[in-house]
Amino acid sequence: MTNETSTADAPTPVRPRDGAGLLLRIVPPGLYAGRAHVLVERSYLVSRRGWMSVLSGFFEPLFFLFSLGYGLGRLVATVDGPGGPVPYAVFVAPALLAASAMNGAVFEATFNLFFKFKYAKTYDAVLATPLGPVDIALGEAAWCLIRGGLYSAGFLAVMLGFGLIGSPWALLALPACLLVALAFAAVGMAAATFMRSWHDFDLVQLAVMPLFLFSTTFYPLSVYPGWLQAVVQWTPLYHAIELMRGLTTGHVGWGALGHVAYFAVMALVGVVVAARRLGKLLLT
Amino acid sequence: MEAHVVGPWRAALIAVEHHWTWYRRNWRATVISNFLQPVLFLLAMGVGFGSQVRQGEATGGHPYLVYLAPALLVITAAQNAMFESTWAVFSSFKWQRTYLAMVSTPITPAQVLHGQLLWIALRLASGTAVFLAVAAALGAITSPWALLAVPFATLAGMAFSAPVVAFAATREKPDSFNAVFRFVLMPMTLFTGAFFPLDQLPGWIHPLAWLTPVWHGIELTRGATFGTLGPLPALGHVAYLSALVALGVVLGRRYFHRRLAV
Repeated sequence: MTNETSTADAPTPVRPRDGAGLLLRIVPPGLYAGRAHVLVERSYLVSRRGWMSVLSGFFEPLFFLFSLGYGLGRLVATVDGPGGPVPYAVFVAPALLAASAMNGAVFEATFNLFFKFKYAKTYDAVLATPLGPVDIALGEAAWCLIRGGLYSAGFLAVMLGFGLIGSPWALLALPACLLVALAFAAVGMAAATFMRSWHDFDLVQLAVMPLFLFSTTFYPLSVYPGWLQAVVQWTPLYHAIELMRGLTTGHVGWGALGHVAYFAVMALVGVVVAARRLGKLLLT
Repeated sequence: MEAHVVGPWRAALIAVEHHWTWYRRNWRATVISNFLQPVLFLLAMGVGFGSQVRQGEATGGHPYLVYLAPALLVITAAQNAMFESTWAVFSSFKWQRTYLAMVSTPITPAQVLHGQLLWIALRLASGTAVFLAVAAALGAITSPWALLAVPFATLAGMAFSAPVVAFAATREKPDSFNAVFRFVLMPMTLFTGAFFPLDQLPGWIHPLAWLTPVWHGIELTRGATFGTLGPLPALGHVAYLSALVALGVVLGRRYFHRRLAV
């Protein structure tokens, strides 16, 4: 039924961009025009006016890094890192990197998506063009990634400057950040489609904040009693932090692939749910 | 010629009643950010991170949880003040226009401001009191003098809130609030001695920290709780914080009048 509505709205089906082959054959027509990149362009144009808020997002983890790494670090001798005791700054920096990838992606995906969806009616306008809901989902996810990637790259550069990177494996931390951000953005987008009002954002806060505080960001897993360790090990940010900590300190094992798989599944589920929900909400 | 159907205090209290009527129905929405957040923070930083800290000179010989709790009270007050003094005030001017509705009654712009500030103070006081109770239950409070931390933290929160309310009254767009959050509130919570002693930071930061209400608030709450506060420094801190509140009120009255007076 979604197809009927959309074709009625767009009587002249636009020929999809070449090279979008496989996806087009799976996705019903009207959902995807292969032009997600114009949505990225739109986001870029919008953010040029509010560049200050984009830029300032970079300072938040930086302040945290200074404060926790250099202030709190003196209160603590060493912490149990991946390969034995490490200085506190080395311990906490990769965790902040992972947490900022999560925070950025989740807030961009939920707050901004909800605002555009519900109040600015941006997507209603977008759907009046040949673009479909899958374009929206992909375009918005891509923009989240670009923004998140810039923050992560900047943060990694600062870590390098302070001598907090101990291995060339850290080069992989950037793509790892992107994967983590993608997974959180996808799930965040899916969640945003279920939101009824601004009050529901407290629930987002309720999920993100404990993740940030309790996923071994500031202290090692061994602090928790056994059963709680098992709970923490199931949560997503824990895997992100383990991955980053391993990469920046150079203790990379096959276990890293497990973390990667965790986020691949999370991203897939998020994208599928988000695209379906957006299609349902916007086209019916 | 201003009408004086109701007295100035009564008018401000009516404005407070407006906020209370709203809050009575919507308080649930504020539970997470005002209450749950500081408690989780106390658990993660005080208990979790605290387990890694060597108890010693830096924490005044106290366990880290006990060292952190009074300072966290001030941080909580400042964090709570942030939203109530920026977006909430802006919204009352621009989106919901409740202030405009108020001044169409005999309530004057200055009284609207007084009511708003009084309301924020009540929120800060109740929020910190509840947090103090939870902190005490978690074993983070060891001295009955910690009760003084509630008025001290509220005063420090208001010393941040009042100037910010005045600032919010001058804004036509809410964009700059993010900058206030990131470049004023965040550094103020991280670099003014809450989580570690100020003297661990480079010297040039110290004078900046002394300017912030949070630093004075932390000196007061920690001093009261640990019994290290002399009467003269206490007076100094309270005087500075009160001066900030007064500055905010004076500026706020001007800007509220400019924006609301018919």
